[in-house]
Amino acid sequence: MTAITDREKLAYANAQAADGRVNLEFETDEGMTLNMGPQHPATHGTLRIVVKLDGEQVVSCEPVMGYMHRGYEKLLEVRTYPQVNTLINRIDWLGSFANEVPFILATERLMGIEAPPRAQWIRTIMFELSRISNISLFVGDMALHIGAMTAAFYAFRDREFVLNQIESVSGGRFHPNYDRIGGLKDDLPKGWGADTKAAMARIRDFCDEMETLVEGNEIFQARARGVGVIPADVALQYGLTGANLRASGVDWDLRRDEPVGLAWNEVDWNVITHPDGDSFARFWVRVQEIREATRIVDQLIDGLPAGPVMAKVPRIIKVPEGEAWVATENPLGEMGFYVISKGDLGPFRVKIRTASFNNISIVPWVCRGVYVPDVVTILASLYFILGDIDR
Amino acid sequence: MTLGLELAYWQQSFLRSAGVLAAVLLPAGTFVYLFLFKMVSFMQNRLGPMEAGPFGSMQLLAEVGKFLQKEDIVPERADKQLFKIAPYLVVGTVLLVYLAVPFGPDMLFADLEGGVFYVLAISSISTLGVLLAGWSSANKFALIGGLRAAGQLIAYELPMVLAVVGVVIQAGTMNLNGIVAAQATGSIFGFDLLGNPYILTQFIAFAIFMIAVQAELNQTPFDMPIAESELVSGFMTEYSGLRFLLFFIGEFASAGAFAAVAATLFLGGWSVPDAWVDLDNDIFNLLGPIILLTKMMFLGGLIFFVRFTFPRFREDQLQKLAWTVLIPISLVNILATTVLKVAF
Repeated sequence: MTAITDREKLAYANAQAADGRVNLEFETDEGMTLNMGPQHPATHGTLRIVVKLDGEQVVSCEPVMGYMHRGYEKLLEVRTYPQVNTLINRIDWLGSFANEVPFILATERLMGIEAPPRAQWIRTIMFELSRISNISLFVGDMALHIGAMTAAFYAFRDREFVLNQIESVSGGRFHPNYDRIGGLKDDLPKGWGADTKAAMARIRDFCDEMETLVEGNEIFQARARGVGVIPADVALQYGLTGANLRASGVDWDLRRDEPVGLAWNEVDWNVITHPDGDSFARFWVRVQEIREATRIVDQLIDGLPAGPVMAKVPRIIKVPEGEAWVATENPLGEMGFYVISKGDLGPFRVKIRTASFNNISIVPWVCRGVYVPDVVTILASLYFILGDIDR
Repeated sequence: MTLGLELAYWQQSFLRSAGVLAAVLLPAGTFVYLFLFKMVSFMQNRLGPMEAGPFGSMQLLAEVGKFLQKEDIVPERADKQLFKIAPYLVVGTVLLVYLAVPFGPDMLFADLEGGVFYVLAISSISTLGVLLAGWSSANKFALIGGLRAAGQLIAYELPMVLAVVGVVIQAGTMNLNGIVAAQATGSIFGFDLLGNPYILTQFIAFAIFMIAVQAELNQTPFDMPIAESELVSGFMTEYSGLRFLLFFIGEFASAGAFAAVAATLFLGGWSVPDAWVDLDNDIFNLLGPIILLTKMMFLGGLIFFVRFTFPRFREDQLQKLAWTVLIPISLVNILATTVLKVAF
């Protein structure tokens, strides 16, 4: 970089110092520093974790983020509202549809329109499908990190059925880009409901299989039980959300508490919590959540109202001046969009609150004194998507 | 080698060397193709290699060719001599293990009086190679992997030896061919149709031996020295090209070697029960290797089935399992064997 002004020089030096601080802090003291990542199999992405070791025991541990920062919040400022949809699909790339919903809802709130009931129900179905496709991969991934390779393949196999359903609705397997301001891109294809219910039955079988193959395994229990215990108050202080918080025994679920115009309150389902707060609890809660999600989808398909899937929306979307905050319970935890509009074609400023960023911030607290393999277990059980951390 | 042939000493030496190489590479290759490529693929809902040769059977050659093309990288700060020696040490150990394994009444490379002792002692040397690789790589992941391997060796050598002691007591000899003969001609409480394969009478020793073999081979659930989700590749992290290939061959060849030893100790080795056919026949010099290979495949399938089913232990849990569970049980097994041996 060629620095032109003193101000730029200072900014550059500051950035260098911030980067070097972590290295310096960990290299100067006694003990061994292990640099896990940015390229490391356990971080499935480019998360860097600097671990200071005493033998195999972790003295301290610090996650370093930003290796995949894509500047989404800034990028969104130069997009029109319909264009934003494509970009925010890529934040949590395993549960893409769930990313679209809070932004669209915030925009709709600013514009003062509401999607027709059928669109809301289909949104909820797709939301839960993306939850299943996201979390079923977690189940295999956690087993893989603990050393059982085969379970990961089973997760990929059964997730395929859900992806097929998402594909047949939207045309996209990973990035559906299906939600629109005021409704949805298309109605459901014919016979989709029955196919999806068959897929949900497969997913319930998958849950049974995982419970016997992974959860019931003594080695898995020995590795996961009592490892990485997060008490409820600490979890709340660090801003943990989603299954990580529920696994610490906090009964908190935005789907029930703030249903923001989606159809969760219309059906019968339970919020799953576990009192232990360890890695096993986080695994267990997520598996149970897949089950609940299949129940939600089944009931929603049965009670799907008729009608249009698109409200009356102007051809060129201009959002009136104002600010709106909408958060939903995404697969990884609470995801929220704070949208500020100045009355233009695109947002003036968007603040994205993603779950993984907060979830991963507890790593230094929870990884003190554990062994190196436990770091991997804890990281896997906290379950982050790198795009969700760095945006 | 008394196959009715008069061979010069150099001819015999040549045959023996070729034989050891075949004995090492043939089971290793079969293990890789049959279990690592195919069985695991079917377990994991995929087909495995299908393009190279019929059903991918030539895949192994393609893999070897791939590794031979790769650059052989030695890290700048590595201890270069040790770094280069380590893989040869691992592979060489396996060659030495096969030296004592009998493939037929006369099909053996060396008829050692203390065959069991020799096999158990020599097989530990491979861990030295692993430790060297971990230490000399100048890589922290490799170092942790190497040290874990050392800890694992100490913990699991003991139950393995103690499990074998039961067999030795029952057979009354440490010669591997003697143990084979004892199983073929033995009888269980006068019932001699099956002979006395020690998997039936020494089943506890067999279970402990196989668990210890799993740990000795660094296979899941005891693969902490490699632990690909924690330590990238453990002690092999810095290796590439030919040297990585040697580690790879060493891993599967030693799986084959231990399967051969376990088959010899517990499944009757190259023999079939003496009640079926007269074993005192030269034809068994040819049939023996085939029979042994069949039994090895059975045990190899067991090893790899476990490897791809179970998660991985943590280092401290592994030590705890060895010292508080396996060693006491194997000691009790020795006691029971001794008492029964004296009683009957």
